[in-house]
Amino acid sequence: MTDTAPTLTPQTDANARTWVLAGCWNAARLAEPANWQRISQTLAQIGQPGAAPTAWDLRAISRLDHTAAQLLWNHWGRQWPLQLLLTPHQRAMLERVARFTTAAPARPHTSAWTLFLKLGETLWRVEEHLSGLVRLLGQLALDFLALLRAPRRGPWRDVSGHLYHMGATALPITALVGFMIGIVLAYLMSRQLRQFGADTFIVNILGIALIRELGPMLAAILIAGRSGSAMTAQIGVMRVTEEIDAIRVMGIAIGLRLVLPRALASAIAMPLIAVWTTAAAMLGGMLAADLVLGVKPAYFLTTLPDAVSIGNLWLGLGKSVVFGVLIALIACHYGLRIKPNTESLGQGTTASVVTSITLVLLVDAAAAVIFKNVGL
Amino acid sequence: MNPPIEPVAQVLRQPMVQIDKLWSVFRRAGRDVVVHQELDLRIARGELLSIVGGSGSGKTVLLRQMLGLALPTRGQVTVQGQPATQLGRAGASSRVGMLFQHGALFSAFSVLDNIAFALRELGTLPDNLIRDVALVKLQMVGLAPSVAHQMPASLSGGMIKRVALARALVMDPPLLLLDEPTAGLDPGSADTFCALLKSLHEELGLTVVMVTHDLDTLLELSTRIAVVADKHIVAEGDAAHVMAQPHPFIKEFFLGERGRRASALLHRQAQTE
Repeated sequence: MTDTAPTLTPQTDANARTWVLAGCWNAARLAEPANWQRISQTLAQIGQPGAAPTAWDLRAISRLDHTAAQLLWNHWGRQWPLQLLLTPHQRAMLERVARFTTAAPARPHTSAWTLFLKLGETLWRVEEHLSGLVRLLGQLALDFLALLRAPRRGPWRDVSGHLYHMGATALPITALVGFMIGIVLAYLMSRQLRQFGADTFIVNILGIALIRELGPMLAAILIAGRSGSAMTAQIGVMRVTEEIDAIRVMGIAIGLRLVLPRALASAIAMPLIAVWTTAAAMLGGMLAADLVLGVKPAYFLTTLPDAVSIGNLWLGLGKSVVFGVLIALIACHYGLRIKPNTESLGQGTTASVVTSITLVLLVDAAAAVIFKNVGL
Repeated sequence: MNPPIEPVAQVLRQPMVQIDKLWSVFRRAGRDVVVHQELDLRIARGELLSIVGGSGSGKTVLLRQMLGLALPTRGQVTVQGQPATQLGRAGASSRVGMLFQHGALFSAFSVLDNIAFALRELGTLPDNLIRDVALVKLQMVGLAPSVAHQMPASLSGGMIKRVALARALVMDPPLLLLDEPTAGLDPGSADTFCALLKSLHEELGLTVVMVTHDLDTLLELSTRIAVVADKHIVAEGDAAHVMAQPHPFIKEFFLGERGRRASALLHRQAQTE
C-alpha cells in the first residue's frame, strides 16, 4: 500500500471543487520523472490566476513526508488554504514545515570589491608560499647541520624506508620509460644522421643528450609525479588527522622528523635513479642504433668515453641531487598546508606535482645556461 | 476515500528490523574471529532501541549489517520486510538514515548542500523546493538558517552531529540508526542532543536504533535495551529488566561505579518528578 504512486485528482460536487490527494507522497515517489511531470503540471494548472478557489483533501494520502509537505506549502503560497481536510498527523507535519519555512539566507555575494580583495589575497598567498619555501629550506639546512653534528640521533630508519619507497620501487617504471625514450631518440636521429653520412655521431648525440639532460630530467619528472604526490598526500592526511599536531606536542621537530628524512632520501635516490634511467635509455638507444644504422654495441661502448667527457656525468648527477631536494621540499611544503577537507587534499597534491615539475624544468634551464662551458 | 485498513495493519505488525540466526565471522590472518553466533533480534516499529555491549562485541557491525554495508556470514537481516543487502539500491535514503559517529559530512560541500545531497541526487525536484526542504530540516535539528552556507570544517562537534542528523533525515526515512550519537560532545550539548533525538522520535514516529556507551543517554532515551555479549543478545527489555539480569557484563556495565552514579541520578529524577 505504501507503494502506490502519488495522485492528484479533481472532484467536483455541487458547490466547490476539491482536489483529492492519494497514494504515497514522499520524495522518492514524487521524484520519479513520470510522477513529477504529472504532479507538477497539475499543480501549475491549479495555480493559474483566475482559477476558482479550491478545497484540498489530503486524508487519502498513505504517506506524507516533509518534501511533499513543503511542495504543497509552497504551492499554497505559504499560507493555509481556506478549505483543507487532513489527519492530525498530516497537520502536525504541515505545521512544522510552516513554522520552519524561511527565506533562504543570502549567499555571500561577489562584487567588484570582493574580487579585488580576492586578487590581493592571491598575491599574498604567492608571497606566503615563497616565504614558506624559504623557511622550509632554511630549516632543512639547520636540521642537516644538526644531523652532521650528531649523526647517531638521525632518523635513519625513516630515511631507509623512504629510500626504498622512493627509489627501489621506482626502478621498473623509470627503466621502462628510459628504454622507450632511448629507442625513440635513436630512431629519429638516425634518419637525420644518415642524410649526412654521419652515422657514428649517434654515439655523441645519445651520450650528451641522455647523460647530461634527458636522463636526470626524466627521472626527476617521474619521481615528482610518483613520489612527490605520495608525500604530499601522506603529510596532508597526517595533518587532517592531527598526527602532525601529535608529533609537535611530543616536542619532536616536524622538520627533523618529517621533512629531513624525505629530503635526504630523495637527494640520495634521485642521482641513483637518474643513472639507472640513463643506462636504460642508453641501452634502448644502443639497440636501436644497431638495428637502424648498423652501429655495433661494441663500437658504441668503446667510443662513448671519448664522445662524452666525464664532466657531463657529474653535471647530471649534481642536478639530480638538487631536483631530489626540490621535489621533497615542495611536496612537504604543500602537504603541511592541506586543510581538513577532501577538496584541499586533491588541490594540494596537484599543486605539489605541477610546481615541482615546473621548478625542475626551470632549474634545468638555468643550469644549462650557467654550465654551458662544462663538458661540451 | 479511506486508505485500505487491512494492509496497513499487516505492515504495522511486521517488525522494522528482524535479525534471524545471524553469524558474523571475520577472517583475520588465517584464523576466524566469530563476532556473532546465532544472534536473534527483533525491532518493532516506533521503538527506540539501544544496543549496548563491550568494545569489540560487534555493535557497530550489527548496524552496518542493518544498513547492508556488511554482509552477514550466515543468517538473515531483514529491514522493513526486505533483506538488508537490497537496501544499497537506489532510494535507500528514503528507507533508512544513518548518523555516523564522526558525522561523515562531505567536507567539500556546504551545510545546505550536505543536507540536500540525497534530494539533489534524485534529479527531478526543482532547486528551490530542495533548498526549502533542507532549510526546514536544518531548523528541525535546532540550527539557525545562517549556518546553511558554512563549510563542515568550520562547525563545532555538536553542530556537525546536528547537520549529519538533518542529512540522515532529509528523505524522512522511518528507520534511523545512530552510532554513538553523544560521543565527543560536552555534557550540555549531549543533553540537548538527547532532547532533540527524543522529540524527533516522538514527532516523526521514527524507529531508532542506537549504539551507545553513554549511560545517561541510554537511560534517558531508550524504550528498550538489548545487550550484546558472548556473541549474542544476552538480555533485552526495559532498563529495569535488563539491569536485573545476573550476567557479569551487565553487572559491570550498569552496576560499576559509573553505572551506579547514573542510575542514582535516574532514581532521583524519578522521585522529583
